Amino acid sequence: MAPLLAMSGIEKHFAGIPALQGAALEIAPGEVHALIGQNGAGKSTLIKILTGLYRRDEGTIDFLGSPSHLTSPRESQIAGIATIYQELNLVPLRSVSENVVMGQEPKKLGYLIDWPEAHRRTREILSRFGIEIDVTAPLGSYSTAIQQLVAIARAVSMDAKLVIMDEPTSSLDTSEVEILFGVVKDLKASGVSVLYVSHFLDELFQICDRVTIMRDGQTVGCQDIADTTKLDLIAGMLGRNASEIASEGLTELAGDGTTYDEIVLQVDNVATGPRLTDFSMTLHRGEIVGLGGLLGSGRTEAARSIFGVDHITNGSIKLKGAEFNPAEPSDAIRAGIGLLTEDRKEEGIVPHMSVRENLTLALLPSMRKNGQIDLEKERALVEDFIRKLGIKTSHMDQPIRELSGGNQQKVLLARWLATKPDILILDEPTRGVDVGAKREIQSIIRSFVDEGHAVLLISSEFEELVEGANRIVVMHEGKAVSELTNPGITENALVKALAHHEGATT
Amino acid sequence: MTSLTTNEPIRADLVGRLKNHGGLIALGVILVFNILVTPNFLHTQTLAVNISQVATIAIVAMGMTLVIATGGIDLSVGAVMALSGALAPLIFMSDFGVAYPVLGLIAALFFPLVAALICGLFNGVIVAVLKVQPIIATLILFISGRGIAQVLTNGNLQTFSNPEFSYLGTGKILGFPFQGWLAVAIACILFWVVNRTVFGRYLLAIGGNERAAKLSGGPVQRVKIGAYVICSMLSGLAGLIVVAINSASDAARNGNLMELDAIAAAVVGGALLQGGKAPIFGAILGAVIIQLVKYTLLANGVEDEVALIAKALIILAAVYIQQARKE
Repeated sequence: MAPLLAMSGIEKHFAGIPALQGAALEIAPGEVHALIGQNGAGKSTLIKILTGLYRRDEGTIDFLGSPSHLTSPRESQIAGIATIYQELNLVPLRSVSENVVMGQEPKKLGYLIDWPEAHRRTREILSRFGIEIDVTAPLGSYSTAIQQLVAIARAVSMDAKLVIMDEPTSSLDTSEVEILFGVVKDLKASGVSVLYVSHFLDELFQICDRVTIMRDGQTVGCQDIADTTKLDLIAGMLGRNASEIASEGLTELAGDGTTYDEIVLQVDNVATGPRLTDFSMTLHRGEIVGLGGLLGSGRTEAARSIFGVDHITNGSIKLKGAEFNPAEPSDAIRAGIGLLTEDRKEEGIVPHMSVRENLTLALLPSMRKNGQIDLEKERALVEDFIRKLGIKTSHMDQPIRELSGGNQQKVLLARWLATKPDILILDEPTRGVDVGAKREIQSIIRSFVDEGHAVLLISSEFEELVEGANRIVVMHEGKAVSELTNPGITENALVKALAHHEGATT
Repeated sequence: MTSLTTNEPIRADLVGRLKNHGGLIALGVILVFNILVTPNFLHTQTLAVNISQVATIAIVAMGMTLVIATGGIDLSVGAVMALSGALAPLIFMSDFGVAYPVLGLIAALFFPLVAALICGLFNGVIVAVLKVQPIIATLILFISGRGIAQVLTNGNLQTFSNPEFSYLGTGKILGFPFQGWLAVAIACILFWVVNRTVFGRYLLAIGGNERAAKLSGGPVQRVKIGAYVICSMLSGLAGLIVVAINSASDAARNGNLMELDAIAAAVVGGALLQGGKAPIFGAILGAVIIQLVKYTLLANGVEDEVALIAKALIILAAVYIQQARKE
C-alpha cells in the first residue's frame, strides 16, 4: 500500500545551526506510528515542519500521494492533519460544545449558530470516547484529562487523515489512558493514521505498529514494534549498545541497601484540604522514600504540605525531632528542605533569566555581600555545578529557556543542591526528560542520598520507585494507605497495592 | 536554493538587530530630522528646555519600569505627582515655613515624599497582599489622589516665589538643568539595584515566573510592595520638580496624563508588560524619544491634539516590535 505520508531528506537550520539533517518519516494509512528520541533529537522540529509551522530548508514531503507544501497550521488542518499539542489550545471559559465545533459550527438561517445541533453533535462525538459530561458547562471546569480528550475529539471530528499526538498521556491517569488507547484503536480501525510521540516506552508496545527513532536530527531507525524491545529502543535513542545498558539496570537509582536509624522527618496525619486528608510517613537519613499513587491521589499535595506551600489544617510535622510548621517555602528552605516541582515550566524555571540566575535563585539570601550579590562567588558556584552535573549550556549566561528539558531539570536540581539541603522532595524529577539525562539525574539523586541526606521521591514511573526507594508509601484519595519495604518490592506488588485500594473503594 | 540558505542567517541577523536597537534607531531618525528641519534645534537653549522637560518623564518612567518588571502597572503616578506637588507649597508657605525658612524647605521636600511613600505602600499592599489586579488597585489612587490634592488646595492655583525650592526645577550644574543630573543619578542607582542586588534579582524573577520565585523562597510580597513604593516616591519627586519649574502648583494639571507617558516610555525602552525585564536606561531612552517627538511637532507648528496621535503611534510601534521579538 502507498504510504499516507512520506517525508525524506528533511533539513532544517536555525541561525546556521543544523536541527535536522536527513530526517525521514513514513506513515502507512491506518497505522499507529511511534516517534521517539531524546530531547533535542529533532522530533518537535520535524512535526512543526509537517504541520507547516516551520519551513524546511531541504527535502520532500508527500501526503496522500502528492507533494505537499503546507505553509501554515491552518492549511495542514484543512489537508487532514490534526495536531494535539502538550499545551492544549482550547478556550477554558467557553463550553465544551463551543470548543469542539469551533470553526465549523452548525448554522441555521444562514448566520445563527444552531446550538441544540451543536450540543447534540458534541455529545455524539464524546460518547464515542466513553465520555458522558455536560457539554454546556465551561471546558475549564473539567480535569486536564477530560480537556485532553476533548481536544482529541475535536481533532477527530474534523475528518483528519492523520492525528499527531504529542505526549498525550503525560497528564492522564491509568483509566484515562485506557480510554485514550481505545480511541487510538478506533481511529486505526476507521483508517485514520496516528503519529504518537511519547517518552513512556511501555505505552508504545501496547498500541503502536511501527516506531521511528531519531537521534541528533537524523532518523536512525524505523522498525515494527513487534520486532523490538524496550532496551533496543533506549539503545537506539542513546546510540549505545543494548547489552551494555541491560547489565547496568534500567535506572541509576538503586543503592547498596545501607540504612540509617536517624529519623529526619516525621509526618503525622497531616491534612491541608480536600485533596490531602490524612498523610503520615517517616524519612530516615540516607533513605529514599517513594510516594506511589495514581494521579490525583494527593502525592503532590503531600509534598506541598511539607514545603509550606499549602497550610496544614490538621496533624503535625517533626523535623529532626522538633515541631515544624512552615508558613512559606522560605521557612522550609531555611530549615534545610528543597522541593523540585513537578511542573518545570509553571513552577520551576524563570525563562527570561540565565542559567546562572536560575541556578542561584533559592540561594540568594546567602549570596549578599556589601549589599549586593557576590558575583564572583556566584560564578564560581555555578561553574562548579555545571561541571559536576554535566549541564550542557553554551555559557552560564545563556537564557535557560534555550536549554533542553533534561538540562533545565539539571539546573533546577542544582538550584536545590546548592542550598545544601538535608531533605530533597522530588516531584517527578525525570518526567519529560530524555533517557540519557534521566540516568544522569538519577545518579545525582543517588549520590545525594549516599552522602547521608534524605529524599522523598514522587514518580509515576514504577521502575524508578521499585529500584530506587527503600520504602514506598502508597497514597489513595488524599490518604497514605499502605507501605511497601525494599528489598522485595516488585512492579507487580506496587501495581497490586495501588489497584487494591482502587478496587476497595469502587 | 543555495543562495537562499546563505542569505537567511544574515537577513535574520539584520532583522534581529533592528528589533533589539529599535529605540536607538528611532532616536537617530528623530535627531537627524530635527537637525535638518527644525529651526535652532542645535541650540543650547533647545537642549536645556528638552532636558528639563524630559527629566520628569524619565524619573517616573524608571519607577514605572520597576513596577512593570513585576508584571504590574501603576496608574496613580500622575495623581501622586499632583499630591506631593500640592503639599510642598502648603508647607513652605505655612506660618512655620515662613518663620523657619530652612526647616520649612527641608519639610517641604521631606513630607511630600513621605506622602508618596504612603501612596506606594497603599498600592503595593492592595496588589501584593490583597491580590487585586494592579490596574484596578492603582485606579483607586488615580482617581482619589488628585482629588485629595485639589481638596488640600481648595482647587486653587498656588503661586509662590521661593528660589531655593525652585532650584529643583530651574537650577543648573555645568550648564545643564539640575533635574537632568538628578535623573541620571537615579538611573545609575536603579541600574545597580536591578542588576546587582538581591532585591533586583528577585524583582526580575517574580516578573518572569512568580510561582517559581515564591517556591524558591523569594519574598514576593515585600519585593512587589518595594517596587510600588519606589515608583510612587519617584513620582512624588517628579511632582516637586514640576512645581519648582513653574513656581506654581496646580493640582488639576500637575502630572496630568503622566501615567500614559511613563508607561509609553517604559515600553518603548524595552520593558515587557508581562514582566521579567527592567531596562532602566531604556526607560530614559523611551522618555527622550517621547519628549523629542512632542517637541518636534510643537516646534514645527503641529497642534497638540495631533501630537497625541503621534504618541499613540510610537506606543503602537513599540508594542509591535515587542510582539515580533517574542517569536
